[in-house]
Amino acid sequence: MRRGLTPINLTALTLGFAFLYVPIFLLIIYSFNESKLVTVWAGFSTKWYGEMARDDALIAAALMTLKVALLSSTVATVLGTLAGVLLARFGRFRGRTLFSGMIYAPLVMPEVITGLALLLMFVAMGLARGYFTVMIAHATFAMAYVAVVVQSRLATMDRSVEEAALDLGCPPFKTFLVITLPIIAPAVIAGWLLAFTLSLDDLVIASFTTGPGSTTLPMKIYSQVRLGVTPEINAISTILVGIVTIGVVAASLVNRRAALRRERDERLAFAKT
Amino acid sequence: MTFGAATREATRARWAARASLILKPLQSALDAFPPSRWLMRRLDRRALKGRLLAIAPPYAWLLIFFLAPFAIVLKISFAEPDVAMPPYTEVFALIEDAGSFFLSIKLNFSNYLLLIEDDLYLRAYLNSLKIAAISTALALMVGFPIAYAMARAPRRWRGALVMMMILPFWTSFLIRVYAWIGILKNEGLLNGFLQWLGVIGEPLTILNTDFAVYIGIVYSYLPFMVLPLYAALERMDESLLEAASDLGCRPVKAFWVITVPLAAPGIIAGSFLVFIPVVGEVVIPDLLGGSDTLMIGRLLWAEFFSNHDWPVASAVAMILLLILVIPIVLFQRHQAARQEAAR
Repeated sequence: MRRGLTPINLTALTLGFAFLYVPIFLLIIYSFNESKLVTVWAGFSTKWYGEMARDDALIAAALMTLKVALLSSTVATVLGTLAGVLLARFGRFRGRTLFSGMIYAPLVMPEVITGLALLLMFVAMGLARGYFTVMIAHATFAMAYVAVVVQSRLATMDRSVEEAALDLGCPPFKTFLVITLPIIAPAVIAGWLLAFTLSLDDLVIASFTTGPGSTTLPMKIYSQVRLGVTPEINAISTILVGIVTIGVVAASLVNRRAALRRERDERLAFAKT
Repeated sequence: MTFGAATREATRARWAARASLILKPLQSALDAFPPSRWLMRRLDRRALKGRLLAIAPPYAWLLIFFLAPFAIVLKISFAEPDVAMPPYTEVFALIEDAGSFFLSIKLNFSNYLLLIEDDLYLRAYLNSLKIAAISTALALMVGFPIAYAMARAPRRWRGALVMMMILPFWTSFLIRVYAWIGILKNEGLLNGFLQWLGVIGEPLTILNTDFAVYIGIVYSYLPFMVLPLYAALERMDESLLEAASDLGCRPVKAFWVITVPLAAPGIIAGSFLVFIPVVGEVVIPDLLGGSDTLMIGRLLWAEFFSNHDWPVASAVAMILLLILVIPIVLFQRHQAARQEAAR
């Protein structure tokens, strides 16, 4: 039995990550293609980015998507964090089984079902369809993801700190605010980021729940893709991939630094006692 | 402690002593009085109220926007399509007759009958299940070696490897599916590459076939399979494999009797995370599949957006939910059990 990277393991990693990344790299490379034909290389050019910047409908869709994503991810983070705390800390309460069912089911529920169900609900409630209904829909399915992220962080967290605060007479809500929340903050931020990108990405649920005049970027891209592959879509895709990559990498670096700092603080605290 | 603070402390203590002189008898009098006991209990319940306050918002939100909508889908699946907005007839109506009110319930089973009579729907359901089952197996076969290698990589690499596995999951699903169109097309990059190598003379038709759909699904859902597998494999104690080999167990057998059972929670979670959503997949069969790639999600989409037949779309969704309710409940049980184990 050999530890570490055997040749077989190294091959699996190389092939696996090549499978994941080569299509994305090809997409990025061909966004700089001079030719209108996506698959024939005709020299370097950034003209498709210029074309994209002049497409007003596209810019409007991008702004709409951003607005929906910012609002829905914030709502999802507040509700999802609460839900995560309930699952991890509240023990048994009446209706817990139903609650955990409603948290885990959206993770696997096919989007066509969620989208149709939410649309019919909005129609029944008499809500005018538009960015607001898309926002509610996104918050609903994203809060499940936030809840799972927060709950798994709470499960691995050292509870003795919370218990110490409660024993010293700190009210539960204050304990949550000053002790628990700062400790799980990285998970909450990760949850927000996840909710944000899920909303940015979503095509199916947005298509069902949106109304006239509220076209999101994925809907716009989808309708163009069905007409054919164009370098302009490659250009938009490249920008989206770039934003998400920078965001995720930055967040993980910040998280890592925070973790290191906390570790150092804990060591110092021990050294003092 | 400053002088001022000390006097304040003293004053407070004096007042507290005076107050207790008055309050003590009052308290004992109140204690003897039954309603006050009820009041004290109420005050104890304030903590309980705090709990309720924390439980209520997410609970109510999910009830209204996740659970209740299914009841409405069920209701509308019994309606008739109508040229109106919303485009269906009312199932429940209050009818006034000679001064008294009746609740009229008009259940229309024709949507469900259509699903039985037209074998298009049955074939679509079966084909979706078939495609989901095959792609789950493919994702497991592709994902297991990757997850295994990640879990055996040097510790300082693992964080970066997990990050690299998550990153594509964060980037747009639609864009990642779109990327494959340019690769798999007849005049696409893969055919160009293979022709340049001289492996094939004529371009292969890959795009718009079921094969392209499998590639797209495995590609898009791979992180959902790899990450739970990795979580299970990473926790595995390697000394078990050493012990097995010391006792003369061959590596292949050790893999089946030790590694696979220990990875079982990851295999189960990953398979659910791929299988259930894929049954209702729309975008991948639409962009990569041919016009004959029949999947139920795509059919539902067409009923809703092209035919504007909301009641039939609702009936299709209800049956799909009925098919998926068992795997969804099993998945939820599995997750809840894992969460209990983690506590």
